[in-house]
Amino acid sequence: MSTVIESALNGVQFGLMLFLLAAGLTLVFGIMDMINLAHGSLYMFGAYLTAALVEPTGSFLLAMLVALLATAAIGMLLETTVLRTLYQRDHLSQVLAPFALILIGNEVVRMIWGPQPRRLALPELFSGPVDLGAGIQYPSYRLLVIGVGLAVALLLYLVVARTRVGMWVRAGASNREMATVMGVDIRRLFTLVFGLGALLCAVAGALLGPLLSVQVGMGESILILAFVVVVIGGIGSIRGALAGSLMVGMVDTVGRTLVPDALGTVFSPAVASNLGPTLASILIYVLMAAVLFWKPQGLFPARG
Amino acid sequence: MAPLDQILGRRTGAILLALAVAFPLGADWLGQGFYVDLAARIMIFALAATSLNLVMGFGGMVCFGHAAFLGIGAYTVAILMDAGVDAAWIAWPAATAAAALAAWLIGVVSLRTRGVYFIMITLAFAQMLYYVFVSLNAYGGDDGMPLPTRSVLPFGLDASSDLTFYYVVLAILAVAMWLMQRLVNARFGRALQAIRENETRMEAIGYPVFRIKLAAFVIAGGAAGLAGALIANQAGMVSPGLMYWTQSGSLMIMVILGGVGYLYGGVVGAALLLVAEEYLSGLTLYWQLPLGILLLAAVLYARNGALSLAARWRHG
Repeated sequence: MSTVIESALNGVQFGLMLFLLAAGLTLVFGIMDMINLAHGSLYMFGAYLTAALVEPTGSFLLAMLVALLATAAIGMLLETTVLRTLYQRDHLSQVLAPFALILIGNEVVRMIWGPQPRRLALPELFSGPVDLGAGIQYPSYRLLVIGVGLAVALLLYLVVARTRVGMWVRAGASNREMATVMGVDIRRLFTLVFGLGALLCAVAGALLGPLLSVQVGMGESILILAFVVVVIGGIGSIRGALAGSLMVGMVDTVGRTLVPDALGTVFSPAVASNLGPTLASILIYVLMAAVLFWKPQGLFPARG
Repeated sequence: MAPLDQILGRRTGAILLALAVAFPLGADWLGQGFYVDLAARIMIFALAATSLNLVMGFGGMVCFGHAAFLGIGAYTVAILMDAGVDAAWIAWPAATAAAALAAWLIGVVSLRTRGVYFIMITLAFAQMLYYVFVSLNAYGGDDGMPLPTRSVLPFGLDASSDLTFYYVVLAILAVAMWLMQRLVNARFGRALQAIRENETRMEAIGYPVFRIKLAAFVIAGGAAGLAGALIANQAGMVSPGLMYWTQSGSLMIMVILGGVGYLYGGVVGAALLLVAEEYLSGLTLYWQLPLGILLLAAVLYARNGALSLAARWRHG
């Protein structure tokens, strides 16, 4: 029982982090109609900057805040210099440019911080476990990640649903041309949204840094999962991104921990421990293919 | 938009073919036998990229999972060899057929979607296959497996000689390019390009749109499978990495770099990307940085690949 609760919590935690990535991705995708493969590089930058700043600042929180602002600035710079020129092009040139940015980003990180993975230590305050009652010990840091994830999701929802900027964002996602005609300054909105997306990436990078290792290529492996989330949830929809990320986070984590146990009752332990993670990885894509097959617009389509 | 009827002028074609035939002799004479290997690799990827160009450039279907077919072809050769079948005349057609069959299955489902959704669903299928092969411990799992030898060619040809292998690959690529040129200019190819331009209209006129697209997808999958069989032979090993999404991405990059919808787009793109990689990695440890900058410059200034630049220059 305790392993079930623990892996469910882990699933929620991973899902919320995926949401931070997917939220930025789905907005950029929905509003600018651009497939930003370089989103994962911003996530990597966020993690590396935090890891590099922890030592000089002596505080995880301070390092993270500086990394967030720096990553947002990098994102906005990229948007105004390179990506802005691509909005009018077809999807193919939009794939090639971020691909080039991934190569550049990876190599710059490797040149500055070297090819070895970096360890990002847990913040002192959250290094121990917490007793959740019923004999369940759960790492307090993971609870913190869940808390921050929920807070950011709520904040994002309030901004998108309740503020004027949020209204522009929703207008841009559902009908870009109409929004322009109604007087939304779409160029500034694009830069803003891109900066916001980069910021959210950096939050995820900094928070996941101590749990996964900080290394070159970390962006690419999580990026595809974030895309799966976006497609499952419906392009441009924040609500869909949240639902999709929790689904994918659950399937991934539960598949990794519970499926091997369940399989272990039927197969030998070696087969079970090998088959479980594979099944989990495959299930995510089966889920996406099924959603696309029956609901091609995703679960919560943004465009009416 | 690229013009139809793209054929190399008879003279240009003959000169290029003669150069390709003479290349190993020249490289050998300069004592740079290593380049023969690189040239063979370029030609194999040219075949794979050209097959992707058929769906992406001529059919307008942006497939982000093309590496899956490459991997299936490669693994077919490896698995057959593991079972004791090492004859090329069995293994290579089997690789082509297996990849074509996979393309048919994936195509039947994927081709119901359009645009970005098609990109994502082809990606999803390729990733599924990637994880399936990662879990196949009998065939090396994550690490892949080495091939004991190269496939045994008929007529007593020795594939383990890099020179012979080069000429075999050259012959396959030449035949494939000739077939491709026939295909895109045939009734089928014209219909495919018309569907790319206006699917609704072709449907209304009464063309079997779905079947034409599926046929193109299957042909391209088969050709990519053959390329996969050749890669397995050249590298002497297979691994799931062949199917990972970054490999599909780099095939797409080759086509975009060369020219989407140009007959020779895949060939030019494969040559440009692999030569740039090879040259830059010899120059500096951090070769991906200049490569990325070059690619970025290519997107910003050569709008539809190298061949569109050539076309613009020719037409003024």
